[in-house]
Amino acid sequence: MNEKEPTMTQTPTASPNTAITDFGIDTTTMSTSEAVRDYISRLRAGQLGSLPALLGLVALVIVFASLSDVFLSLNNLANLLAQGAGQTIIAMGIVFVLLVGEIDLSAGTASGVAGAVLAMHFAENGNLLGGMGSTVFIMFLAALGLGAVLAALLRIWAGTAMSVLGIVIAASGMSANPWIEMLLALCTGTAIGCITGYLVSRIGMPSFVVTLALFLAWQGVILQFIGEGGVIGISSSPVLDKVANGNLSVLGSWLLCVIAVGGFAAATLGRHFTRLRRGLVTQPTSIVLFKVGGIGAIGIAATALLTVNRSPNDNIVITGVPYVVPIVLGLLVIGTYVLNRTRYGRHIYAVGGNREAARRAGVNVTKIRASVFVVCSSVAALGAIVYSSKVGSVDPQAGGLNTLLFAVGAAVIGGASLFGGRGRVSDAVIGGTVLAVVANGLGLLRQPAAVVSIVTGLVLLLAATVDALSRRRAASATR
Amino acid sequence: MSEPILHITGLNKSFGPVHVLHDIDFDVRAGEVTALVGDNGAGKSTLVKCIAGIHGADSGTIEFQGREVHIRSPKDAAELGIEVVYQDLALADNLDIVQNMFLGRERGSAWLLDEASMEKAARETLASLSVRTVKSVRTPVSALSGGQRQTVAIAKSVLWDSKVVLLDEPTAALGVAQTRQVLDLVRRLAEQGLGVVLISHNMADVFEVADRIAVLYLGRMAAEVYTKNVTHGQVVELITAGRSGDIGLARPEHAVL
Ligand SMILES: Nc1ncnc2c1ncn2[C@@H]1O[C@H](COP(=O)(O)OP(=O)(O)O)[C@@H](O)[C@H]1O
Ligand SMILES: [Mg+2]
Repeated sequence: MNEKEPTMTQTPTASPNTAITDFGIDTTTMSTSEAVRDYISRLRAGQLGSLPALLGLVALVIVFASLSDVFLSLNNLANLLAQGAGQTIIAMGIVFVLLVGEIDLSAGTASGVAGAVLAMHFAENGNLLGGMGSTVFIMFLAALGLGAVLAALLRIWAGTAMSVLGIVIAASGMSANPWIEMLLALCTGTAIGCITGYLVSRIGMPSFVVTLALFLAWQGVILQFIGEGGVIGISSSPVLDKVANGNLSVLGSWLLCVIAVGGFAAATLGRHFTRLRRGLVTQPTSIVLFKVGGIGAIGIAATALLTVNRSPNDNIVITGVPYVVPIVLGLLVIGTYVLNRTRYGRHIYAVGGNREAARRAGVNVTKIRASVFVVCSSVAALGAIVYSSKVGSVDPQAGGLNTLLFAVGAAVIGGASLFGGRGRVSDAVIGGTVLAVVANGLGLLRQPAAVVSIVTGLVLLLAATVDALSRRRAASATR
Repeated sequence: MSEPILHITGLNKSFGPVHVLHDIDFDVRAGEVTALVGDNGAGKSTLVKCIAGIHGADSGTIEFQGREVHIRSPKDAAELGIEVVYQDLALADNLDIVQNMFLGRERGSAWLLDEASMEKAARETLASLSVRTVKSVRTPVSALSGGQRQTVAIAKSVLWDSKVVLLDEPTAALGVAQTRQVLDLVRRLAEQGLGVVLISHNMADVFEVADRIAVLYLGRMAAEVYTKNVTHGQVVELITAGRSGDIGLARPEHAVL
């Protein structure tokens, strides 16, 4: 067959229709109405994606806006973004784990460990040995070393490199520097992920059990680091404080808007027209333009609103897009790119969709399954930086049960499947926004913690139900 | 007659105390469909898995294109150009046709896949096999019918410039029309010069598409015959009793060729 092909491949632009006709009824382009019908039929088949979450978000915003006049105030909206950001970031990492059909219940407390190390390095001016005591310090280094070794056994060299870097930073005792602290937190998260990944994928324990055990263990580690009833403040570092509490300048905000919206438009349109020209499968141009226009409008409107002074106090001026926005957007872009455009991402989906098929296709299933835990814990450490910054301190409850439920809930509510194979990083952002709105709105309505917990739990249950039902729907739609 | 592309002699395979394959001799020729038939448990799947590198054989030699080879993993088999199409477990439901066809062998760099080239090649392969039932190569496999899935799985094996394709009961779960479609495809693979092995329980299918028939009986190769030299009844007898007239086990030189 290969001898016949060149004639076809050499002239794709001259006669893009050759391949299409040869392939019978294969179509590369659809009209707008066909695309809409196609989308509806996919919804019917149970491929709901983020739609339920987006609809829920709209409903929640309407409800809270009508019940509370503060809810839609600019200050509250900006605050809401920063409140949910840390957990949303953790949820982004959890999406990777969910995609291969596993769960990481330790993501919250693993992030707490990273946060505690960050805080202690800052508070002790780099002297972790003094802060932890020699026994604990040696065990900490040993844990990082274990992470490095296990990562090497799995051939996840990035995990080894980060773990070793963590040892170097911790053992060198270099004095406090916010950037070094953040890097150390990240390294700690990576090392933790290497341990989790090895236990799940090499030893073959169910991830539910491994991460439940580690959930408890890391909670103990945080307590050990910080001490019963202790709190380590970090807000005296301007950088660490600004991560979640600072804002871009007005100019910077617009620059971000131009980069984000412009970048999205350039990437989407560039890809669309290239594919169209080469006769590849594309969405209708009208829909692509609509998407780009919609995102652009939202981006510009949000920037315009966030660059207005939103201070409730006449003496201070607060303007600009919170730093958490570019942080979350950056992680969103990276995560989406990795999952959609790289071989690694493709293999993650394959392992989640059909592990045996992936294995037979030559995918290194063991390594992929381990690596998602490394990604998850590393990203969770970044989440810890953000939520610690928001609170201004790290206490023994850091990354506890609420953080975990919020993060897993965000991923699932956004549309990532608990059964593996289905989900996107953007699901975490959408779901995280839903949960942040719930928490913020109920707080404004002065609902007690009991109500907040019950409502959050019910929302999560609802999302899991949608997930299970749409999965059943999809299964029965085949054949 | 040309040299067989795959030439197996004296292959033995045991699972613990269970001796599943006894001194199997088996040939696959390029451009021919060889049907591998036998009762349930005769060892057909095990033989295919030994060839595919999923199980290691205990003894015996495998010659590929006249050269002795050692197939220790699915990867070794794939590198030689031996592809297996499993009845199930072949495709990831959540990926689309292109992604499935290139799974494990994606084009482009690891950090930026070449989607355009993969999509084009997938479409051309399907076109070369005259597959006209898939609406778009970007359809997720979960939306395909059983026959379409099997078609994609087979097309996947063609994409790799493979020389031998082994199909383990590709039509077992399919309806009449879909079986038709897959059998046509099997025939076309042979016409493109590949060596095709088809495991099937359906005698009508076997007689329709196979050039040769190899019969396994309790883990032994009872006969390797040309389809045109045997009748339906003889093959059924070989499957159930291991011999039929002067063909079959109990005879030292069992092959009529
Ligand atoms: N992995 C295995 N472990 C132990 N026994 C096996 C294994 N695979 C197959 N067998 C045995 O080998 C024999 C042949 O099986 P198989 O090759 O699947 O037969 P067929 O495909 O012809 O129906 C059966 O008795 C089966 O129980
Ligand atoms: Mg079988």
